[in-house]
Amino acid sequence: MIPLQFYLIVAAILFCLGLFGALARRNAVAILMGIELMLNAVNINLVAFWRYVKPAAPTMDLAGQIFALFVVTLAAAEAAIGLALIIAIYRSRDTVNVEDVDLMKW
Amino acid sequence: MPIDYLPILVMVVVVVAFAAIALTLSSLTGPRHPTAAKLEPYESGMPPFGSARRRISIKYYLTAVLFILFDIEIIFFYPWAVLFRQLKLFGLVEMGVFVLILLIGYVYVWRKGGFNWD
Amino acid sequence: MPILVPDINLRIIAPALIVTVTAIVVLLGELVTPAERKRWLGYLSIAGLVVAAFAAFSLWGANASGFSGMVVADNFGLFLTLTIALSAALSILLSIPFIHAHEIDQGEYYVLLLASVAGMIVMATATDLIVIFLGLELLSLPLYILAAFQREDTRSLEAGIKYFLLGAFSSAFFLYGIALVFGATGTTNLAKIAASLAQSAGSPMLSIGVGLLMVGFAFKVALVPFHWWTPDVYDGAPTTVTAFMSVAVKAAAFGAFFRTFQFALPALALDWRAVAAVLAVLTMTLGNVAALLQSNVKRMLAYSSIAHAGYILIALVAMSANGLSSALFYLLAYTVTNLGAFGAVIALSDGARERLEIKDFAGAAREHPLVALALTICLLSLAGFPPFAGFVGKFLIFGAAVETGWAWLAVIGVLNSLVSVYFYLRPVVQMYMSEPAEGWSGIRVAPLVALALLIAVISVIALGVFPAPAIALAAGGLIR
Repeated sequence: MIPLQFYLIVAAILFCLGLFGALARRNAVAILMGIELMLNAVNINLVAFWRYVKPAAPTMDLAGQIFALFVVTLAAAEAAIGLALIIAIYRSRDTVNVEDVDLMKW
Repeated sequence: MPIDYLPILVMVVVVVAFAAIALTLSSLTGPRHPTAAKLEPYESGMPPFGSARRRISIKYYLTAVLFILFDIEIIFFYPWAVLFRQLKLFGLVEMGVFVLILLIGYVYVWRKGGFNWD
Repeated sequence: MPILVPDINLRIIAPALIVTVTAIVVLLGELVTPAERKRWLGYLSIAGLVVAAFAAFSLWGANASGFSGMVVADNFGLFLTLTIALSAALSILLSIPFIHAHEIDQGEYYVLLLASVAGMIVMATATDLIVIFLGLELLSLPLYILAAFQREDTRSLEAGIKYFLLGAFSSAFFLYGIALVFGATGTTNLAKIAASLAQSAGSPMLSIGVGLLMVGFAFKVALVPFHWWTPDVYDGAPTTVTAFMSVAVKAAAFGAFFRTFQFALPALALDWRAVAAVLAVLTMTLGNVAALLQSNVKRMLAYSSIAHAGYILIALVAMSANGLSSALFYLLAYTVTNLGAFGAVIALSDGARERLEIKDFAGAAREHPLVALALTICLLSLAGFPPFAGFVGKFLIFGAAVETGWAWLAVIGVLNSLVSVYFYLRPVVQMYMSEPAEGWSGIRVAPLVALALLIAVISVIALGVFPAPAIALAAGGLIR
């Protein structure tokens, strides 16, 4: 069986890639995609931990799996709100570049 | 004790180094043979038609966002479907409440004209 | 495959349920209410909050938990529930005339506010990391929209998108922290985490997880160095929304913060108390110093709210029963005081034209003596002058710190309070000492704003002069 560490490393790499995307990109949609990648990295962690940490009774305690489902739905709600805000700002400013959204200093 | 955190430091270094090395190596050593077919955007196996850069009406975004919401919330049916015999009437009622709340959202969007294309 | 169905105990989540149902009713009401009657949706929302508060009060002392130990109705959570309901009700009183003047009076405003309140109540009463995360998201998502609710105003949109991007970013960290804690202990239940850690030593994975949890909470309550979104978001968002989120989010997030760290992670206290103490010093100092430099009242109150988060964090560092109750009292005192201050700022605005620069307040005392007095009382309370609520709150928190051997932290807190006196008094000096600026004549304070202001100021004075009952309630609020 593949050791738990492999899953954790994949998740950590995925999380870092998403983090890099969220920090390095200037396009609000791309930042949003980076954040979604981070959330999905966590999902890999949750399901891997669920399977490996308590292998005796994985069918009794579904916390890890159910948590992943919640994360998926919350990510969708977050994406919907994010896209709506990005569209609203595009309509008023003709840009989705966060550096141009600077009426107030950060 | 600070020394207990040494593994964390090691892990941070390893993660950063791994990401840096993997990205550098792949960009330096990877073969590049771009062909027309390889450069085409991936469309889940469908042959792409037209340019992806043409403008899409912004109204489409509203439809897309609504689709995401109603589509993903259905995911909660999955655990219910697996256990629905065991949960008996209680599960059915709970799911009814859930669907009712979704339905109220649907009615709201409908009455607000979210589905009107024109 | 046998699955345990959790014990469904609707009574203990009654406050959150009532708020949710009210939100749904208001959403449907929005569809059938003509434009000139939208304010009734606001009254309906307040009614729902009052019922929810009664439900919370009827559960006082019940100490019941349900849903497999995921949610609890203990006095700690109920005290926070009442604080949150009060802050929401006062915010709605301020909002009804405000959103009318700014031509954004839509029922969705109240729906989003109530949804956020439901999330806050869930977060404050949750005893499972999954539920805490759910509550956090449910409180945050509506606030992103509310911050951008003035769609015609690009500053409001900007506040919304900044809040959203940073909020979503921080929840990813928080979530990663939960996943690592889950991996290290095999559970997401706070009591079981505590039990598991009492038996086995920590691991590096657990330490990273706890660190990420702290980062997530620090973002939500705006601790330095995770505060940089706060001034822009508070500045750009509609003033009533700023008022609401500056107090209610703190109450909910600090509730979960205390519960998670003091209750589930005492085994790691040596490490996180040191980190929290450093964060508290940074937060108080930077918040107060930056507030000194502001010329805009909203930005000043934003930095002031950062500084107050630092004071409350001292109570967490103290990690005692007194620390917990002093934090509860402080959150209540801060809620009424800050809402009073924002209410006075709203009362001094001229229809849709707001006066937000400190120099705009010149001579306000001559034109609006009562509003100026209310603002003065609230600012003095924020600065920690007796006999107002803020003084008692600071006294209790610093006392709790001294008791547990963190006297140096209390000293830094006192020094910070002294610094803060300067910027809190600047608007007061403008109001009383300067000649009136143009355009004061003919401004009428909306009755609802006056009512909210009255409630807030009476509470500030009452909590300052007769703090004993509230302290007794807060002292009963131990986490079970």
